[in-house]
Amino acid sequence: MIGALLLRDMRLATRAGGSAALALAFFAAVATLVPLGVGADLRLLMRIASGVLWVAAVLAALLSLDRLFQADFEDGSLDVIALAPLSLETVAATKIAAHWLTTGLPLTLLSPLLGVMFGLPPRAIAVLTLSLAIGTPAVSALGAIGAGLTMSIRRGGLILPLLVLPLLAPAVIFGAGAVQAALDGLSSGALLFLAAFAVATTLLSPFAAGAAVRLNLAG
Amino acid sequence: MFAFANPKRFMDASSAFLPWLVVATVLTLGAGVVLGFLAPPDYQQGDTVKLMFLHVPAAWSAMMVYGLLALTSLFSLVWRHPLSDVAAKAAAPLGAMFTVLGLITGALWGRPMWGAYWVWDARLTSFLLLLFIYLGYIALWSAVEDEVRAARAAAILALLGAVNLPVIEFSVDWWNTLHQGESIARAGGPRISAVFLWPLALSALGYTLLFFTLWTVRIRTEILERRARSILLGGAA
Repeated sequence: MIGALLLRDMRLATRAGGSAALALAFFAAVATLVPLGVGADLRLLMRIASGVLWVAAVLAALLSLDRLFQADFEDGSLDVIALAPLSLETVAATKIAAHWLTTGLPLTLLSPLLGVMFGLPPRAIAVLTLSLAIGTPAVSALGAIGAGLTMSIRRGGLILPLLVLPLLAPAVIFGAGAVQAALDGLSSGALLFLAAFAVATTLLSPFAAGAAVRLNLAG
Repeated sequence: MFAFANPKRFMDASSAFLPWLVVATVLTLGAGVVLGFLAPPDYQQGDTVKLMFLHVPAAWSAMMVYGLLALTSLFSLVWRHPLSDVAAKAAAPLGAMFTVLGLITGALWGRPMWGAYWVWDARLTSFLLLLFIYLGYIALWSAVEDEVRAARAAAILALLGAVNLPVIEFSVDWWNTLHQGESIARAGGPRISAVFLWPLALSALGYTLLFFTLWTVRIRTEILERRARSILLGGAA
């Protein structure tokens, strides 16, 4: 049943009108606008690449998060899902997994290309890709809590970033910090901290998101 | 705590102690400010040291208020304590105000001492993030129309923030020490002496009392507002 829900959510995200391709395009478009704003100096771009790409990835992932529960809530399918013998925590975890597979993972896979365009050396590109692979699940997981909290608000998409972005500061700091350390040839524990943050948030978020969905379904 | 779950009992008790709270606030905050003005200039910071008596208690109150916000949120989630909802809602704008006050007084102090209104110091950055967490909390409260639902959603968010704040604090500290630890010349004066300690302590107590005064007033206002609304709705039916 978990598999069916996962497949359903992934199909919805990848087929016509889905959010997966749009998030990728948004990611690439934001990354393209930055050099237009700051200039084409590759040395400068190389320094800011990790921060720009991490922020762009977080924003791109947030773009589709507000509809995570809301779309199903509005058309009634969330009520049906809630009737299924799955706890809402499991539903939340499944939806987080589906969101990551259709958003976080593609963003991670696209990032080496953008890394090359920002003039990052191969080692830094490897660290950037690894950091996004480790860190984007935390974005989906924390975002899901925000999505659950705002699902009954009509313009929830406007509030969601304000709720979630401050909480995502550690992911951006450690993710971009790991790449900076790699650029400077330093060893740093950033990836380990990032992994700890991602594991903790991914494990705990389904409970908070499930509680948020439950309170919005009740009454 | 549970005795005050009944709003009526809270209204009675608070109307009795509120005047005393106001008097105590005025006295301590007044004494703190006056003593602060009379304090001699610091040998390094000059007269700007006097900003400390406004700045440090504001920052301290902002953190205390978040602690109380998380505590009341826990009460409202776990025990469905009805007054806790009201208390949490009433505390958030006050906490945001103290955060803003801390940031502004800090910026005014930073310009003469550090040469810039804003530096990306770990302390400043995590405080700015705290402000955003407060703003998100207030926005969530005002966006959800149903009062009970809004209270529970906001309580989940407040607890999430409380769990996350130490992590954010740690990560920002880590980020700062990695990048610019040496570039920030913190004016490390001598360990604080008694002429500064007394006004600071009084001022801190004054801020705390000010918060509790305003908090009580805001809770009372919210309760009265809800009563008025239910009377109006009753009249319409």
